[in-house]
Amino acid sequence: MNPLKLTASAVAIAAVSATAAAARDQVQVAGSSTVLPYASIVAEAFGENFDFPTPVVESGGSSAGLKRFCEGVGENTIDIANASRAIREKEIKACADAGVTDIIEVRIGYDGIVFASQLNGPEFTAFEPADWFKALAAKVPNEAGEIVANPNMTWADVNADLPAEEILTFIPGTKHGTREVFEEKVLLQGCEDTGAMEAFTASGMSEDDAEAACMAVRTDGKSVDIDGDYTETLARIDSNTNGVGVFGLAFYENNTDKLKVATMSGVEPSTETIASGEYPVSRPLYFYIKKAHIGVIPGLKEFAEFFVSDDIAGPDGPLSNYGLVSDPELAETQAVVADEKTMGNAM
Amino acid sequence: MTDATSAGAAPRPARSSSILEQDARTRKRNAAESRFKMYGIAAIGIGIFFLCVLLFAIVRNGIPAFTQTFITAEIALPGDRLDKTGNRDPEEMAKVSTFGYKPVIVDGLVRALEDAGIEIPFEDKADVEKMISAAAPAQVRDTVLANPELVGQTVEFRFLASSRVDGYEKGRVTRGDLARDKNLDAEHLDVVDAMKDAGMLERTFNWDFIFGADASESRPEQAGIGVAMLGSFFMMLVVLALALPIGVAASIYLEEFAPKNRWTDLIEVNISNLAAVPSIVFGILGLAVFIQIAHLPQSAPLVGGLVLTLMTLPTVIISTRASLKAVPPSIRDAALGVGASKMQSTFHHVLPLAMPGILTGTIIGLAQALGETAPLLLIGMVGYIASNYPDGVVSGFMDPNSAMPAQIYEWAKRADPAYYERAWGGIIILLCFLMTMNIIAIILRRRFERRW
Repeated sequence: MNPLKLTASAVAIAAVSATAAAARDQVQVAGSSTVLPYASIVAEAFGENFDFPTPVVESGGSSAGLKRFCEGVGENTIDIANASRAIREKEIKACADAGVTDIIEVRIGYDGIVFASQLNGPEFTAFEPADWFKALAAKVPNEAGEIVANPNMTWADVNADLPAEEILTFIPGTKHGTREVFEEKVLLQGCEDTGAMEAFTASGMSEDDAEAACMAVRTDGKSVDIDGDYTETLARIDSNTNGVGVFGLAFYENNTDKLKVATMSGVEPSTETIASGEYPVSRPLYFYIKKAHIGVIPGLKEFAEFFVSDDIAGPDGPLSNYGLVSDPELAETQAVVADEKTMGNAM
Repeated sequence: MTDATSAGAAPRPARSSSILEQDARTRKRNAAESRFKMYGIAAIGIGIFFLCVLLFAIVRNGIPAFTQTFITAEIALPGDRLDKTGNRDPEEMAKVSTFGYKPVIVDGLVRALEDAGIEIPFEDKADVEKMISAAAPAQVRDTVLANPELVGQTVEFRFLASSRVDGYEKGRVTRGDLARDKNLDAEHLDVVDAMKDAGMLERTFNWDFIFGADASESRPEQAGIGVAMLGSFFMMLVVLALALPIGVAASIYLEEFAPKNRWTDLIEVNISNLAAVPSIVFGILGLAVFIQIAHLPQSAPLVGGLVLTLMTLPTVIISTRASLKAVPPSIRDAALGVGASKMQSTFHHVLPLAMPGILTGTIIGLAQALGETAPLLLIGMVGYIASNYPDGVVSGFMDPNSAMPAQIYEWAKRADPAYYERAWGGIIILLCFLMTMNIIAIILRRRFERRW
């Protein structure tokens, strides 16, 4: 029985010491891997400038982060969830069920999604949402208005201005928040632009079904879902001359020696064009604060205020230098944080 | 041979000279043997070839991570900007954030360049900030807050160069690469060359890579593996403290005391099975048991150590049992014969003789655990930014931390190409640890193992 007793006592000791050490003094953040670089830049600067310890930042994806966020209130749960999309109704409900009722939503800025290919590869320099829809949709209407499986094999089939290279795209997998934006801002847009949406509804689909058909991606190997990070997409692009990948603006800007970016609807992606709204494929980034933790976890409010301060999130701050598109309405966000306006009250 | 005799008269003459001349069958057998040897040599050759390629790639890609480019410059610390009240009170001075220090550094660097006679070719002189690390303001601020009397003086600082400048020094970044890079322009590189000639810029060994903390994505030049190394260290302590006593106790009982019946057979089979279970399974178990049920903190080395203990236990038990078995029964019989109890014979005679084998097995098990990443994925030690040193022993176990392989994975994922080099450098450090542990295991075995 010796080993069993040892295990039992080891676990007991561990549990006791865990409760003893529970008085947490650093802010804990988890969530979107898109927001992670920004959050860690802010956490680092926060640690340098304040007497509070450097906040702990983890990744794991928007959904995983919000799930942990909604586990309940208490020192054993995280204080801030990063998300590359807005929190969903379902998640708000799950939060409320676990006792997390007061949530402060903070929009930190915008992130651009860019389409890039090998620097010395074919001339993929200008895309339209319609090109992407025609290249990637599972089913497209043909000239007679019938819905057929996507027959396009090369980019030239899609748009005569594009190189006659076989279609090969690397798009974020469905667990990424980026995928959602890609579907809505590119595929759905392209679907509407080409008139395929009407063709879908004309063929007897309901509106929802038509939308789903617009966003359904072909599965014949022309489009590859990347569930990993942008580094993986980059590796794929590196080994496929004709590949086109979907990246975050910040990632592209760090790898301009390997990638060249394409314009979308004639607009080159940059922090300026995204801030002005000209570049169509962008999305807001958020973090969510558990209001019940403010005042309990030292430094939480200070961290949130620091995150959205002009020095950090402003147009000349380090986040913007890294690739975040600063929010033109930053002042309002600052007010939300300062007044601790929870979601119910803010909206 | 029997075939040859029955084959008839024809081969007879050949057979008479069989000692000097090989017959066809012998030749065939010999050829098969030498062919087999060739296969073996080829297999080893391929193995060695790949090992060499791997080591070469690791060393070539990783060595640059151990050096770093530094810029030395004298920076004037103006009192009116850094200490607005003028009373040199560190608490008041702390109100000037790192953002207030940045222009001070830029001014200082511009002056230093002018003093050295280096022309600044770009319009906006503030662009010199692109050449130094984003960590510089914090470095100056910390120095100033620690020594408030420095305000008003001109002090020499040694700053990290930004990752692009560092990459240029290491040959990773060329002028062509920078054509569309907004982090640095080709003109900066002219200044870099001039600074190098003037002795303001040098590349030296970087201890901070080995002992420093991880940094955010905007400053790869500052990142180090030190905190993750501590995380691994604390995990290994947990593994050692749990796996060794539990594993040895379990195997002594099973080997020396347990009755041989169906139950112990079942346990034995299951221990062997456990050793073959993929490590990610232990990760899921750890997540469920230690974090969701026992509510231990996420990302803590304690939990990582517990999970790795589960993974290492079967290895320890199997190797301990093997070394206990290797102790000849005559030792036990002799001990029992002179009147020792079963326990005395085990602890006074068998265990000391088996010790080298047990230690070797434990060290190999620890080395395996040290390089393990998969179970750590699930308990939050991967994807964590290890930027804080633990405050003490308790916090070393309980505070969130990363581990060396997890840190390497994290670096490999990051956008800045400078992190890629650091990932390879991290692999070199990890390999050094693993090799040291294996060498210790070999030495222990060589020196203390007794053969009968």
